[in-house]
Amino acid sequence: MLELRKDIFADERDDNFNEIGKGTQRQDMLGHVTGTSTYFNDHQLQGMLHLKVLRSPHAHARIRRIDIGEAERCPGVRRIIRGADVPRNLNTLLSLINFGKDDEPTLAVDKVRYKGEPVVAIVADSHREAFEALARIRVDYEPLPAVFDVEEALKAGAPVVNETYPKNTFTYHDVYDHQKLRFGDVERAFAGADHVLEQRYQMSPIEHAPTETNGSIAAPDTNGRYIVYTSTQALFFSLDTCAKILDVPSNTFHFVGGTVGGGFGGKVDTLTEPLSILGAMLTGRPVRYIFGREEEMQYGPPRGAERIYLKDGMMRDGRIVARKVRAYFDSGAYTRLSSYAVVKCAAHLPGPYTIPNVHGDIYCVFTNRTPATAMRGFGITAMDFAIECQMDKLAHLVGMDPMEFRILNAYRDGDMKAHRREAKNTALIECVQVAAEKAKWPLRDEFKRMSSRKDGGGARAAVPATAKDPLAPARSAAPQRTPYDRAPQPAPEPAHPAAASPVSPAAPQPASHGAIRFSSVFGSRRR
Amino acid sequence: MTRHRGRGIASINYPIGMNLGGDPSQALVHSNPSGKFTVSLSSIDLGQGMKSVTRQICAETLGVPVEDVYVDTADSDTGPHCMGSFASRGTHRVGNAVMAAAKEARGVMMEAAAEELEVNAADLETDGRGNIHVKGAPHRSISTKDVAIAAQFKQGKTISGRGIFLVPLSAVDPETGEMSPATCYAHACMVAEVEVDDETGEVAMVRMDSAYELGRALNPRLVEQQLVGGAWMGISHALFETTEPYYPDPSQGPRDFVEYLMPGPGDICPHDIAVLERPAADGPFGAKGPGEMCANPVMPAVANAIFNAVGVRIDDLPITPEKVLRAIKGQGGARPQARR
Repeated sequence: MLELRKDIFADERDDNFNEIGKGTQRQDMLGHVTGTSTYFNDHQLQGMLHLKVLRSPHAHARIRRIDIGEAERCPGVRRIIRGADVPRNLNTLLSLINFGKDDEPTLAVDKVRYKGEPVVAIVADSHREAFEALARIRVDYEPLPAVFDVEEALKAGAPVVNETYPKNTFTYHDVYDHQKLRFGDVERAFAGADHVLEQRYQMSPIEHAPTETNGSIAAPDTNGRYIVYTSTQALFFSLDTCAKILDVPSNTFHFVGGTVGGGFGGKVDTLTEPLSILGAMLTGRPVRYIFGREEEMQYGPPRGAERIYLKDGMMRDGRIVARKVRAYFDSGAYTRLSSYAVVKCAAHLPGPYTIPNVHGDIYCVFTNRTPATAMRGFGITAMDFAIECQMDKLAHLVGMDPMEFRILNAYRDGDMKAHRREAKNTALIECVQVAAEKAKWPLRDEFKRMSSRKDGGGARAAVPATAKDPLAPARSAAPQRTPYDRAPQPAPEPAHPAAASPVSPAAPQPASHGAIRFSSVFGSRRR
Repeated sequence: MTRHRGRGIASINYPIGMNLGGDPSQALVHSNPSGKFTVSLSSIDLGQGMKSVTRQICAETLGVPVEDVYVDTADSDTGPHCMGSFASRGTHRVGNAVMAAAKEARGVMMEAAAEELEVNAADLETDGRGNIHVKGAPHRSISTKDVAIAAQFKQGKTISGRGIFLVPLSAVDPETGEMSPATCYAHACMVAEVEVDDETGEVAMVRMDSAYELGRALNPRLVEQQLVGGAWMGISHALFETTEPYYPDPSQGPRDFVEYLMPGPGDICPHDIAVLERPAADGPFGAKGPGEMCANPVMPAVANAIFNAVGVRIDDLPITPEKVLRAIKGQGGARPQARR
């Protein structure tokens, strides 16, 4: 049951509208409830082939040899695709906004870094024939030690998961293995606090569980173009990612989507489109690649597990004076989008509270598991779990009502936030007051009278003196550039470690971005 | 065996939009000669109702009935660029782009109407029912259909508009983390009541009361759909779901919905929601967006309610019966806290 509390903040709104604020029925409702809305998989094209991938059975292993001879002779097999067939077999999703280094192949070449990593793709006349041929591929693996725990992965001597990041951490601002947040002096505040509480929290990896699994259908169109029906939640993100991986101009593709059977963040990674398009390029036929439920659940990316250490300093009257956070985001074997969630998380600290001293170190860590990706509340959900459990413990520690404790510490208009921007348009106090009212949770009058619009700012608007970390290299803010600027990164790439495979991890990457290398009709190379 | 009840709370905020910035969305709006409008987008409707919200924004801005607007997504040949439907950016970013495009189209429509009525466009207003008339003189009126016909066949004008919304890329200071991560924030508070069985460790949801502040609720029914569904996901994350039940040990991973547990109809509970609207200065009609945040307060509220019920703190998600039972046994039995 939903109640609109129009009485609150009424002076900030003009509610005189014709269409805004009405509960108008959805434009797509009839199609959805009668089962007639068109999803990508409703496009059954003539002569359509089916693509399936062979996935690694090992969490970490060197690939010694791949034998596809027997599979090639299986009935119905049209084409077997290997890493060398992928024009640019190394990518990172956020390269579209120049964030991070290319670190993930479409098909594994030298080694596999998680159980379920795609190694070979088969395009066949039917699902069954594709599956049967997959079983005939022989891969000779040399298993390597694997690391699954984020803190183990940071220790000296831990197996190197991903040679692009030899310390098993994403690199921030070209120098740091974590994103920092520094505001005031937490150590001094801890020394003067009446209570100090340090706790550990652990988020679990979680499946997006969409009704419709990830998938796409690609088909040759006229004029050398390809039409792609897809379940993506980011049409141009996926289109541009495919243009990069397949090394063709972006107008080679006509992407059609828009009606998606659940996303929750799990359909940004562009997992199927590059291979279904490549399959269509190599065979000249429509190709469909859709995840089965087990693939979606175990090898499609989950919500990442985050481990969080929170240390708070508090006075006897319930005011929190310091919050120190150390968090490890489990990115799995590749970056995908976890690197971005780390920065978003740093900005979120210390939660919706005004705390004069805040210190954050947030790490994006590589382990030998399925790469994690965005999921509803990305970068925030686990931190909110940690912060709000901690808030309950702190209130208990000083014997305060947990509602009143939150109102006392809530941020208000005019307060300085730890990422050094003024808080505006805040409404935490009002939410607590209304929730208390609804739940018949008694609040004392002084807490009922408090407001997000009163008593903020002033001394609470100050940026406190903040010491730099010792030995921090002196440098200006990280160079940030225009989205879609694909110029090379200015920073030198670190050398690959000795532990890396003697085999080059990827074919040399051409700097150009434009030449079509495949005939859509014959599927042969014409380099 | 005893079942213990307890209540827990959580309060949160949520940043709207992609925090690295530089995440534009574009929209195109045009009219056909019957005065019916099409919004062309490449944005995705994941089921959250993005098409419906942008349709209402477009209709309100143009001053036409919502039935006269159709939103077309997502085709890369016809829809202009959009970063995608993620990071709670649909209502805010795409909504702002649609609003800008509709404003431009409205400008042409009013000029065309002014020419037909032989008045100054500044003296005209829309009635929201498909007519344009002179302010203070409703009888001097023309329908949007007649304006569209005149624009197309007589005046040679395209009633169309282009819109983009871009929050520029924010630099992030490597030493302090100083940045402009988002443009506005939504807020929430949740009270969860649970019942914990101290023999089995099972946790049953009893009820939830919540307050969400989302800027303007552009479509309260869609807001309700998001908040109810999101709270279900919150219960599921709190008590059931994981792809690795013994994380960081990756074994025992579920492969289908028989092995992967989620709450069924018998596991959910009544949820009473209040929505507060503090309009965001840069939101379309002050809207922020409810999309991502609504699962977040449920997890800690449930964990805190379990403590209130039996006195155990479970700091690892999901809070399975096994973890609850081990914790209760570890402290020598349930220790109910003060009822609240």
